[in-house]
Amino acid sequence: MSRIAKAFQNGKAFIPFVTGGDPDLETSEKLLAAMQEAGADMIEIGVPFSDPIAEGAVIQEANERALAAGCTTDKLFDMVAHAREKVSIPLVFLTYANPIYAYGKRRFMERCKQAGIDGIIVPDLPYEERDEMAADCEAFGIDMIPIITPTSKERITMIAKEAAGFIYCVSSLGVTGVRKEIQTDVRNMVAYVRKASNAPVAVGFGISTPEQAVSMASVSDGAIVGSAIVKLIAQHGRQSIEPVAAYVGMMKEGLKEIKN
Amino acid sequence: MSKGRYGQYGGQYIPETLMNAVQEVEEAYGHYKNDPEFMGELDYLYRNYAGRPSMLYYAEKMTKDLGGAKIYLKREDLNHTGSHKINNVLGQVLLAKKMGKTRVIAETGAGQHGVATATAAALMGLECEIFMGKEDTDRQALNVYRMELLGAKVHAVTSGTMTLKDAVNEAMREWTRRVDDTLYVLGSVMGPHPFPMIVRDFQKIISREIRQQLMEREGRLPDAVVACVGGGSNAMGAFYEFIGEKSVRLIGCEAAGLGVDNPKNAATIANGSEGIFHGMKSLFCQDEYGQIAPVYSISAGLDYPGIGPEHAMLHDTGRAEYVAITDEEAVAAFEYLSRAEGIIPAIESAHAVAYARKLAPQMPSEQIMVINISGRGDKDVAAIARYRGVQIYE
Repeated sequence: MSRIAKAFQNGKAFIPFVTGGDPDLETSEKLLAAMQEAGADMIEIGVPFSDPIAEGAVIQEANERALAAGCTTDKLFDMVAHAREKVSIPLVFLTYANPIYAYGKRRFMERCKQAGIDGIIVPDLPYEERDEMAADCEAFGIDMIPIITPTSKERITMIAKEAAGFIYCVSSLGVTGVRKEIQTDVRNMVAYVRKASNAPVAVGFGISTPEQAVSMASVSDGAIVGSAIVKLIAQHGRQSIEPVAAYVGMMKEGLKEIKN
Repeated sequence: MSKGRYGQYGGQYIPETLMNAVQEVEEAYGHYKNDPEFMGELDYLYRNYAGRPSMLYYAEKMTKDLGGAKIYLKREDLNHTGSHKINNVLGQVLLAKKMGKTRVIAETGAGQHGVATATAAALMGLECEIFMGKEDTDRQALNVYRMELLGAKVHAVTSGTMTLKDAVNEAMREWTRRVDDTLYVLGSVMGPHPFPMIVRDFQKIISREIRQQLMEREGRLPDAVVACVGGGSNAMGAFYEFIGEKSVRLIGCEAAGLGVDNPKNAATIANGSEGIFHGMKSLFCQDEYGQIAPVYSISAGLDYPGIGPEHAMLHDTGRAEYVAITDEEAVAAFEYLSRAEGIIPAIESAHAVAYARKLAPQMPSEQIMVINISGRGDKDVAAIARYRGVQIYE
């Protein structure tokens, strides 16, 4: 069983997101260990990019902070490799296509494997373009985690069939960011995904409260939270380890209440 | 391999949220481009609203002054709204309307595409929102007011470098927020398939007219066609009908800003490398880690770190040549054409004029060069005055 599959064996999975190198790489490394300690089942690490078109303002600013602090793809790989001494839960990269392309697709996946990255989520690489990266991912055993959105509709089957690792279900239209309400019929969307694939399904976009996480995870296999955590990092900077760990702990506790 | 490829370039590198929308545009366009009624309506608008065909003007004084090739100017600056942008926008907004969309959004740099989109939206009764970098809304305050006058809502984009690329980012983000009733009217031959194809098809009327007008006047094809290139829509429009005519040199002029060796430039062909951004695989100004570079040009319309995928292919195959023109050369050409022919070109188009000034004297007098004057320069007068140390504000 892959590391990613195991992450879904411990009840509903809680998957926090942080932008790598925000506010600096040292803090990111501490955050990874602290979030694992606090109950995270998997961590999504954003590879900083100058133009993150799927992100709302909160994560855009995190990307800017990380780049301004000197984070590069090489330094990020080094940090992850070092963090792996303490961190055993699966780690996945959220990265736009261009940082992979510029680094060299094969070289990028090889470094992922060496550093202990289990999968990649590429928001600007839809199903139609997956062949751009699929062979290199496969060569190094890196899962290509597909994204399904409220507009996917009849595309769901074809996308879900090719899934590796898990399936990322986007709860809402638009970009990442905290939302008061999630209006999509996520239950129905996930049910549709399940018909086409046995891969675990995690829901993200717009989740910030334990109630929202419970509501999303009770119809799926887990909840992904990004902006709410990145906001804490923006607020507390290098002192964000404790508040982020407390938040992750609270969210995971919330998910433990779900029975099934 | 996905659809919409130009050699290895092109493709559809966009968020899943937009895939159905983009395919819907592709299907609708595939249908309407063969629909005589749609094409008839568009032709009517071109003739009666935009002022097509645009003139092909023999620049006699310039020809004599430069002492080489016979120079013709394709006067896209005389179109309604003052640039070639109206050609594409009338097509796309008409398409949006046929698709049952009630709202259009667009990015703009200098404001030419934004003004054209706001104009077409007003004409066809669609809601319109324009995304423009904060830096550009400051530089082109008059165009912001013009768009508002036309009923559009203008968003000043404060993310990233606050210029054209950030305006595209924000327009794409907005499209993912509200995709059902909205069409993103892309302004250049860029972005995900089918936009590079659609924009090229709506702009190729420029080269079709050049061919026809020159055949009537001279009984032959041009020897060189010169156009400025940012994303590349006016150049693609001016080149397209001649791509199969190997005797016609096709020359794109990109913005070198303070010089191709100075970090402050926007010369994608000269300095860019292959990448994936804004929905396409193409050439981009970027660093070794794929971070998109902040670019610079005096011309807000050429101030873009990428180039359309079909241009990247024409460059690779050698079918088109690309040269870089500095701010200083463009400003000198702006002034030159104003005095030589009484035509004030857009600072973007002045990049093409600047190269023509270098090339024409090297060509024999029996040869013919066409310069695409993609827009008029009224919008640039204050900026050029400031460049020359005269403090005029709009």
